[in-house]
Amino acid sequence: MRLKLLAGLLLTGGLLQPSPGALADTGQWLQSECGSCHALEKPDYPALGHVERVTRKGPPLHFAGNKFQAGWLESWLQDPVRIRPAGVFPPGAVVPSDEGDVIDPATLEEHPALDAKQAKRAADYLMVLRPHDELIAATIYEPGSIARRMGELNFTKFNGCDACHSDGPGYGGLSGPELYTAWQRLQPGFIASFIADPAAWDPHTLMPKAGLNDSAVGRLANYLKLIGEEAP
Amino acid sequence: MNYSATLLASLLLAGSLPALAEDLEHGENLYTIYCTQCHGVTGNGDGVNVPAMSVQPRNHRDQGEMSARTDAELFKAVKEGGKSINKSVLMPPWSGNLSDDDIHALVRYMRHLCCESGG
Ligand code: HEC
Ligand code: HEC
Ligand code: HEC
Repeated sequence: MRLKLLAGLLLTGGLLQPSPGALADTGQWLQSECGSCHALEKPDYPALGHVERVTRKGPPLHFAGNKFQAGWLESWLQDPVRIRPAGVFPPGAVVPSDEGDVIDPATLEEHPALDAKQAKRAADYLMVLRPHDELIAATIYEPGSIARRMGELNFTKFNGCDACHSDGPGYGGLSGPELYTAWQRLQPGFIASFIADPAAWDPHTLMPKAGLNDSAVGRLANYLKLIGEEAP
Repeated sequence: MNYSATLLASLLLAGSLPALAEDLEHGENLYTIYCTQCHGVTGNGDGVNVPAMSVQPRNHRDQGEMSARTDAELFKAVKEGGKSINKSVLMPPWSGNLSDDDIHALVRYMRHLCCESGG
């Protein structure tokens, strides 16, 4: 009797693998809650053309399982803090001023938050979306260390990543996601692969393909590791 | 000019004007999406990233500066980046994101910005 109760609890609590039926339900739920802003399936980019980027309301999530750290995803969904200082489409979030273009905070919305149970359910589903295992498999990157000064030079002077990204609170460009938290948020293989060829992940990314070799990519990823491990 | 030449001329015009306008619109869209983050939403070189940059992006509304460049030079700068023309790495190469046709449309749009849009 006790045992049966325990088994029942285990089943409903989702400690066992989610069943296909439960996954489909979760897929429908996410489609209705999140699908208006996020692509949960790969968009037909060539047919939509570059203007797809103008109408996009949230980052694509259809490769979430190749991108995020599962633990980070589950906790961020419960307490979503801003990652992109100028939102998902910076040209739509800035206004010209005497000091040049500035972010108009009124254009930036708060992200919906989920409760703990919903966040676990959403994260479990999203982490199964891995259409780009082949891009990860083709990435040669072994996380390692780099001297701070060398890492900084690679990020700034040599490659100009700081034009669009911050490597510390209050430093760097604003059109890209903050990168001092990248190591906590993202899988190392994704970081390296995205730096090497961002358009392979998102054909309409605002990030240019810099044409870096594996070791240059590795140095940049190691710098993100260095600053990410000490981020607040 | 005989009749058929006039007809041909008007056919060419009718066919090519909308194509040109379409090209210009495509260039403007691409410019807004990919270039304004540094070159500014008005193209004046004052994008939202500029406070973090050590080199000011080109003001694409500056007729004098822009007239000093050929279309081929602009094309190369956009396709292969600032480094390829001995300029700053802060001007990125776009060949991994945009097709040659896209870049031609951008060159066309920059010409419009600098020299046809009235300031
Ligand atoms: C109104 C539009 C909107 C809705 C609805 C929405 N999001 Fe978002 N989401 C955004 C925007 C905009 C961002 C970018 C936030 C930032 O970078 O600060 C974002 C970011 C995210 C991120 C981080 C993505 C990344 O690449 O950094 C995740 C994960 C996410 N959302 C999940 C969800 C889930 C799950 C739902 C449904 C429960 C949802 N969102 C509903 C607009 C939305
Ligand atoms: C012109 C601006 C720009 C430059 C230069 C740039 N990036 Fe990005 N980067 C972006 C944007 C914007 C994104 C988010 C994807 C999008 O919206 O297109 C991004 C995404 C990323 C991501 C994934 C982060 C996430 O949370 O999704 C990493 C890692 C990254 N960039 C690293 C770099 C590195 C390293 C460099 C230097 C070699 C660099 N970037 C240069 C604009 C830029
Ligand atoms: C990361 C910021 C950044 C982005 C994004 C960017 N540019 Fe630039 N661009 C610059 C900077 C900085 C310069 C000035 C380089 C110098 O003077 O050394 C420049 C210069 C140029 C030049 C002039 C080169 C010359 O002959 O002097 C052209 C043309 C140009 N950019 C076009 C574009 C186009 C088109 C796009 C979008 C596809 C774009 N840029 C996106 C930063 C950027």
